[in-house]
Amino acid sequence: MVTKLTPKELAKKEERLAPGHRLCAGCGAAIVVRQMLAAIDEPVVLANATGCLEVATTIYPYSSWRVPWIHNAFENAASTMSGVEAAYRSMVRQGKLEEKDVKFIAYGGDGGTYDIGIQALSGAVERGHQFLYVCYDNGAYMNTGIQRSSATPFGAHTTTSPAGKVIPGKQQFRKDLTKVMAAHDIPYVAQAAPSKWRDLMQKTRKAVNCGGPAFMNVLASCNRGWRHETDETIEVTQLAVDSCFWPLYEVENGEWSLTYKPRKKVPVKKWLERQGRFSHLFRDENRHMIDEMQEEVDRRWEKLLERCGEG
Amino acid sequence: MSKFEALTGNAAVSNAMRQINPDVVAAYPITPQTDTVQTFSEFVADGLVDTEFVTVESEHSAMSACVGASAAGARVMTATSANGLALMWEIIYIAASNRCPIVMSLVNRALSAPINIHCDHSDVMGMRDSGWIILMSENGQEAYDNIIQAIRIGEHPDVLLPVAVCQDGFITSHSLERVELFEDGEVQDFVGTHEPQWPLLDVEDPKTYGPLDFYDYYYEHKRQQVEAMEKAHGVIREVTQEFNDRFGREYGLFEAYRMDDAEVAVIAANSTAGTAKTAVDNLRDQGLKAGLLKLRVFRPFPGQELAEALRGVSAVAVMDRAISFGSMDNAGPLFSEVVSALTLNDVHVPIADYVYGLGGRDIRPGEIENVYQEAFQMAENGKVERRVRYLGVRE
Amino acid sequence: MTEMKGWKEIPIGGMILDAGNSEAYNTGDWRAFRPVPGEAECTNCMLCWLNCPDSSILVDAENEEMTGFDLKHCKGCGICAAVCPVNAGVIRRAEGEVEKDDPRLCIRMVEEGKFQEVGNE
Repeated sequence: MVTKLTPKELAKKEERLAPGHRLCAGCGAAIVVRQMLAAIDEPVVLANATGCLEVATTIYPYSSWRVPWIHNAFENAASTMSGVEAAYRSMVRQGKLEEKDVKFIAYGGDGGTYDIGIQALSGAVERGHQFLYVCYDNGAYMNTGIQRSSATPFGAHTTTSPAGKVIPGKQQFRKDLTKVMAAHDIPYVAQAAPSKWRDLMQKTRKAVNCGGPAFMNVLASCNRGWRHETDETIEVTQLAVDSCFWPLYEVENGEWSLTYKPRKKVPVKKWLERQGRFSHLFRDENRHMIDEMQEEVDRRWEKLLERCGEG
Repeated sequence: MSKFEALTGNAAVSNAMRQINPDVVAAYPITPQTDTVQTFSEFVADGLVDTEFVTVESEHSAMSACVGASAAGARVMTATSANGLALMWEIIYIAASNRCPIVMSLVNRALSAPINIHCDHSDVMGMRDSGWIILMSENGQEAYDNIIQAIRIGEHPDVLLPVAVCQDGFITSHSLERVELFEDGEVQDFVGTHEPQWPLLDVEDPKTYGPLDFYDYYYEHKRQQVEAMEKAHGVIREVTQEFNDRFGREYGLFEAYRMDDAEVAVIAANSTAGTAKTAVDNLRDQGLKAGLLKLRVFRPFPGQELAEALRGVSAVAVMDRAISFGSMDNAGPLFSEVVSALTLNDVHVPIADYVYGLGGRDIRPGEIENVYQEAFQMAENGKVERRVRYLGVRE
Repeated sequence: MTEMKGWKEIPIGGMILDAGNSEAYNTGDWRAFRPVPGEAECTNCMLCWLNCPDSSILVDAENEEMTGFDLKHCKGCGICAAVCPVNAGVIRRAEGEVEKDDPRLCIRMVEEGKFQEVGNE
């Protein structure tokens, strides 16, 4: 029987991520992983790209994973999982292994996914491996100390796009990786956030049962990089959603649909002002950047509405 | 009954792979290895193997997928050359460190730049400290034989290390030769089934592969790899002996060709050893006591055995198909290995290095005969005129 | 697992065979604030459990009850208190500011210094 997606029912299941890991207090990635793994009743096998989630959960001789888990390197979670999944299919087909409806999931941060791992990811989904790749997007290379990635929002201060006297933070808008993955025409692509946990969990279930490669881009706040209080993780994440900086949608067999539409679209400024990484944008000489960001968010949101037949 | 077929070195390896029937092969095309996986993919397409063939988008992903599949519990093989191996670089170390007994056919080719598709050993020499077992093959037959043995060596519970089996790009990979193929059943029987001890896919007993390992335990894990290499030494001997008995071969850690009464010896690896044998025969016909040591096992390096085999000769010449730039006298990597093996085993003999054949530059018996002549001179004078020579380069 | 083992005593390849053994590792001492049950009654909605990054909300599965906090591991981030709907109700109804350690809340975040050291188990 499939577990009902209610916290009461889910809380009865065995915890797959053991406590004692060393992710920072209030880490969004840990919440994402816990919610997703709770949504899956079947056995799972995980691969993890190098990054916060990987290092903090497996500091030898300790591991927080109560499920099979492999880390290989930074850029190859998808290709490592290709091998694991191919081994599974091969050995099941040959009768060397019992078929157990195992769900294969690869986790990578935005650095390991948008940037250094994009080739391996693109290749793996093109080959049709039956696995879910999850990018926990915290918008920078947090593990090495908050360097900009192609997922870093416009204007954000990072340690390699510092808010200086001449250049006020990151000068480029973020890459829209979810759309890039949708362009692969794989069975399932979605964007989600842990502040809408039921949506995240439903998408997770669809993704692991879609019968082919699936990709999910999940916003995971990093309070060290975003600069907010540790208890604000969920609230700040939801502001990203409600401002339409991070729309929740899915692309199922080529069909685009919004899974959440804010009742009232919140100005991006409301999301920005909650995070120290954008504080320099509120100086008089930089305020125009907030407008530019609003324009870009609006443009992308309108486009998305159109694609989802809501335009 | 075995049968003889006219096969290229690449096709010989493809056939060994077909007979081994690995669970997973992940590979990417690169000259001169391409034929190997191309032929193998035909076996897959025709249903002659049970293999899941992962047609990755790069060599980096090839080795990454191999590590994943091997950890999962599968028997895994791949093939590559030169730049492909270079792109695998990061994961080459991880494969060895994670103790994945992957078997790789490495068709030796010169590393860029300038880009060059022909043979030298700069690719394999780069991986010599990576923790892989490395076997060298004179011809397609040896590549075939070595690949079969590599499965047993790598998967041995005392070893659990990846194995690279080398042959020379184009020179043997693309040359047709008469290759003895054993019966499929015989090969299957020899390699046996793969019994992974800690398969990742055992969902009932979850394991963590590839954790973050600090100064408190990283060193201990490296020490374990040393132990595995030490053990590999004996395991290679055992597996080789069993193979010899079963298939009528005479492999060892190296081949001593006409060494019994040799006054001077040349050390060479891969196809050049075949050319050197012709040179030895020619010199022997002239009454000159020339001998050859053909290296088969490069890692773990059989230093002591090699030194013993050279004890008593009056001069040694090493043939190096690569340069270790910036090493003492800019010698080849094999030279440094042999010199330390001899020195540490108290074999003191004049020795010189001959770098040759870079980027596929041809090497002929006559040139090797000249090397021998210089070796005889070294023996006579008891000293080395020039420690390193670059054979065949235009000044 | 405090004793340092030699290379012969540990699994090869860096493998960790004892899955989930990080439970033995104490992260509770990172905490600056401690979650403490307040006066407002818990409804056992389990949203704190669902949003805890540290798997540190204790649950009695059989009785469907949230029974407390795993203080050996809780890092004191305060997300449980932030997502608690009972807390939200208390704050909504209150006149003026409600501090995070207000006794009227369901989950209070109280400065760790005001408690005895939890200590290593």
